[in-house]
Amino acid sequence: MLKPEIKNYVTPKHIRDYPTGPSFEAGHLVSINAGWRTFKPVVDINVCTGCYQCYLLCSDGAISKTDNKKIEFDYSFCKGCGVCAHECSFNAISMVKEELAK
Amino acid sequence: MVDIKKITAKNMTDKEFFFGHKACAGCGGSLAVRLAMKVFGEKTFAALPAGCMSAVGFIFPQMAFLNNAIISTFPGTGSMLSGMRAGLDALGFHDTHVVGFAGDGGTADIGLQALSGAIDRRDRIIYICYDNEAYMNTGVQKSGLTPYGTKTTTSPAGKNLSGAVTHKKNLFEIIAAHDIAYAATASVGYPQDYLNKLSKAARVKGTSYIHIYATCPTGWGISTETSVSLAKEAVDCGLWYLAEYENSTFKINRKLTKPELLKEHLLKQGRFKHLKDEDIKVIESERDRKWAQMMEKWG
Ligand SMILES: Cc1ncc(C[n+]2csc(CCOP(=O)(O)OP(=O)(O)O)c2C)c(N)n1
Ligand code: SF4
Ligand code: SF4
Ligand code: SF4
Repeated sequence: MLKPEIKNYVTPKHIRDYPTGPSFEAGHLVSINAGWRTFKPVVDINVCTGCYQCYLLCSDGAISKTDNKKIEFDYSFCKGCGVCAHECSFNAISMVKEELAK
Repeated sequence: MVDIKKITAKNMTDKEFFFGHKACAGCGGSLAVRLAMKVFGEKTFAALPAGCMSAVGFIFPQMAFLNNAIISTFPGTGSMLSGMRAGLDALGFHDTHVVGFAGDGGTADIGLQALSGAIDRRDRIIYICYDNEAYMNTGVQKSGLTPYGTKTTTSPAGKNLSGAVTHKKNLFEIIAAHDIAYAATASVGYPQDYLNKLSKAARVKGTSYIHIYATCPTGWGISTETSVSLAKEAVDCGLWYLAEYENSTFKINRKLTKPELLKEHLLKQGRFKHLKDEDIKVIESERDRKWAQMMEKWG
């Protein structure tokens, strides 16, 4: 497993449903971060050289390498910060207004 | 030192160990934690005091670390790391890393005593200070690492004062003065340099300390996409520096390349927008004094 998957979480109904200590198993995610975005990164695969600078610099680990040595975004966890687009030396990534993005 | 294979963007593990966290978009601190965890790997036990990285990583019922991680007391990161190392060693888990991720307030002010103790014991732990130059998680209060002229809620800029009146505490040299096994400064704007230093720290037999300059779009008033480029520029114009201390010797990794960028660099940031030319002169002369001293002693 490269990244944790979203788990279904049932909100406790009663105080006794809560754990006694606030600890959880590693990688216990119950919500995504997609709703944070105003702009969404879109990559032009024909321009991308697979240098992986964007992958390196994403604070959210929302970029992954693909088998054909390009990249793809995990739009569930991308927050739309724009660092990837700003740092790509080849201008392969553009930030597109969320509702206009395909 | 034996030649170690360089970890780069191309060959690093595809696994993410700090993922799904709720840090602000473009947060430099979370990038510092993410990259460190990718270098140290699964068999790493982390402790984080109160601060942004624990706040964004451990939001009940979420747990954004994929390895073992715990929130330490605010002043006790260093001692907690020592205890974790002792516990792991007692259980025979020697092939592990013990790492702390603490903010500038948690390191330079409140956690300094426990950190000093851990270095003094020569414990095999790695301490990473992500320096966003203020107490961010509680809404931007001045810390010992907040630079001169910074507008924070406890060092407001107005008619009488232009933000913080003190310069950054010289923490790197305070740590080095313990004759620590390995200490380094880094910046999220120079990621390969940081990766190299993380790899070194992972191999050190005693204590290691990395102080990484970590941009905070929210607290600094900068646009999120400039988070990495600004951290690079800070090094280029000399407000931060890349250095190492090992075998009781200091080394500067990068010379001051673009001193003329200083003013432009400062005025890009909301926290420095109020600075007048005379304030910038103060910052400039402190920078020049520091660099002259570093080049003379370590150059
Ligand atoms: C003993 C104690 N005092 C105060 C606090 C409140 N507190 C929580 S986070 C924080 C700020 C931490 O600042 P810093 O260490 O610089 O890390 P950052 O938030 O910038 O990542 C403070 C003051 C606390 N949790 N515990
Ligand atoms: S930085 Fe640009 S060229 Fe490099 S992998 Fe990312 S999109 Fe492709
Ligand atoms: S916009 Fe920001 S969060 Fe989204 S993929 Fe790019 S760097 Fe990562
Ligand atoms: S306030 Fe700053 S340090 Fe804290 S999560 Fe947001 S960007 Fe990161």
